[in-house]
Amino acid sequence: MENCKDKLIPAGVIGVLLLLWEGAVRLFDIPLYVLPSPLAVVERMVAERSVLTAHSLVTVGEALGGIFISLVLAMALGMLMDAFSLIRRGLYPVLVVTQTVPMIVLAPILIIYMGFGLAPKILTVVLMCFFPIAVSFTDGMGQVDEEYVNLVRSFGAGRWKIYPLVKIPAAVPSLLSGLKVAATYSITGAVVGEWIGAQQGLGYYLIRVKNGYMLDKVFAAVVVIIFLSLCMNGFITLLGRIVLPYAGKQK
Amino acid sequence: MKLEITGLTFSYGTKSIISGLDFSLEEGEFVSILGPSGCGKSTVLKLLTGVLKADGGSVFLDGKEVKDRGACFAYMPQNDLLFPWKNILDNVCLYGRIHGQQEQMKAEAMARFPIFGLEGYEKAYPSALSGGMRQRAAFLRTSLMPASVMLLDEPFGALDVITRGQMQDWLLSMRESLNRTVLLVTHDMDEAIYLSDRILIMGQAPSSSVRQILVEEPQANRTRDWLYGQSSLRRQIYHEISRMGEAL
Ligand SMILES: Nc1ncnc2c1ncn2[C@@H]1O[C@H](COP(=O)(O)OP(=O)(O)OP(=O)(O)O)[C@@H](O)[C@H]1O
Ligand SMILES: [Mg+2]
Repeated sequence: MENCKDKLIPAGVIGVLLLLWEGAVRLFDIPLYVLPSPLAVVERMVAERSVLTAHSLVTVGEALGGIFISLVLAMALGMLMDAFSLIRRGLYPVLVVTQTVPMIVLAPILIIYMGFGLAPKILTVVLMCFFPIAVSFTDGMGQVDEEYVNLVRSFGAGRWKIYPLVKIPAAVPSLLSGLKVAATYSITGAVVGEWIGAQQGLGYYLIRVKNGYMLDKVFAAVVVIIFLSLCMNGFITLLGRIVLPYAGKQK
Repeated sequence: MKLEITGLTFSYGTKSIISGLDFSLEEGEFVSILGPSGCGKSTVLKLLTGVLKADGGSVFLDGKEVKDRGACFAYMPQNDLLFPWKNILDNVCLYGRIHGQQEQMKAEAMARFPIFGLEGYEKAYPSALSGGMRQRAAFLRTSLMPASVMLLDEPFGALDVITRGQMQDWLLSMRESLNRTVLLVTHDMDEAIYLSDRILIMGQAPSSSVRQILVEEPQANRTRDWLYGQSSLRRQIYHEISRMGEAL
């Protein structure tokens, strides 16, 4: 009941805002190139559905590739940082600093180095997603009760066996929350990469329709980006339910 | 297996916890360590398992010095420390998982579930078990280790009085079939009297000597009623504890 209410309220707020928006556009007769009405955006989405789908697939592919690479890198680096305090002390601050570099500045440089193919887009995604994943994973492993590690050692496990046995599974809930953030960013990351230079993808589509002042198409693409980001987030939530079957039964 | 410890020494930084501790356990003996909180009982067990590195001293099993302690002892920590992400069967087969013999161990574990009062809970997660059951699961996990010396650190310390009593009865009844040398750390004088052949009393840190008290009653004759009649043993233990305190 409470849960239902929690979802109804924001849905209601969004509904009211959309109604006001639609009303204002009609009432003041705002032209399409200034602000398209929500209905016009929906119409455009339906009309452009095959084009939008094709570009979305490219963007989603880049996002998934980027997340996967981020995950592998973040887990490898996280374990190294956990195992060797010298690496942690050396790298952690550097990671934090890289996070402050604006992606929109970095993306064109990547294109200079890597050309216009998929690589710079995936790398943009990696640069945005790596940090939240690495931090959540490292923190999750750092919070493991030392007693578990001692127990496993007393059972004869060597230094590296501790990771699959204790540290990684214990860090999974924390890792998933980092992944959720990263997954939400990943679509935006791919779009930023495409924005700078691409022949396909939602970012490429966006820049083309923006240059043509086709604001209804711009909005349509934005709605698709929001939808895809939410889908990525939902996908990770679903993944969490699958890999953490015990979590729901916790007292 | 006979366990012998000589000159065990350990300190946390500059704080000396144990200095030159000697004691030994005979094959098949059940020995309890009693002592005030903070005297270093858990530290002794952690030194034996190799979780902590001793500053000095030696450990002998059947006369042979052991250097690499990994899996030399079947250790059970105070908290059950079951992995919440694994079901009970996978949890108790931890040793098999580490040493690449999970399938064999599963069969062995399944056979022991009824004895440990865990039948039907093989696929349950630890969060679905009561405290006593979790403790028994942790004990099953430890007992599946092949090491012949068991180190139990207050295995029932976290349980309520009634459950603790049941677990003590159960452990007493298990002793024969376990067929191990056991070193049990406890706060509980009655638990020590009820279960052990010999009680070692440690003084305040830095502890260097232990006093010992024998409990001679054959295990088969031990009942709760027998235990309630042991006031002279209790008095003796209490006396030793206060003498250890004065020695400082
Ligand atoms: N990580 C640590 N760093 C510094 N000192 C420690 C640490 N762990 C334990 N100690 C100290 O070592 C001493 C012995 O600790 P230990 O846990 O072995 O005591 P214990 O006899 O098991 O106590 P209890 O009966 O309360 O479990 C204590 O005085 C404690 O303050
Ligand atoms: Mg202790």
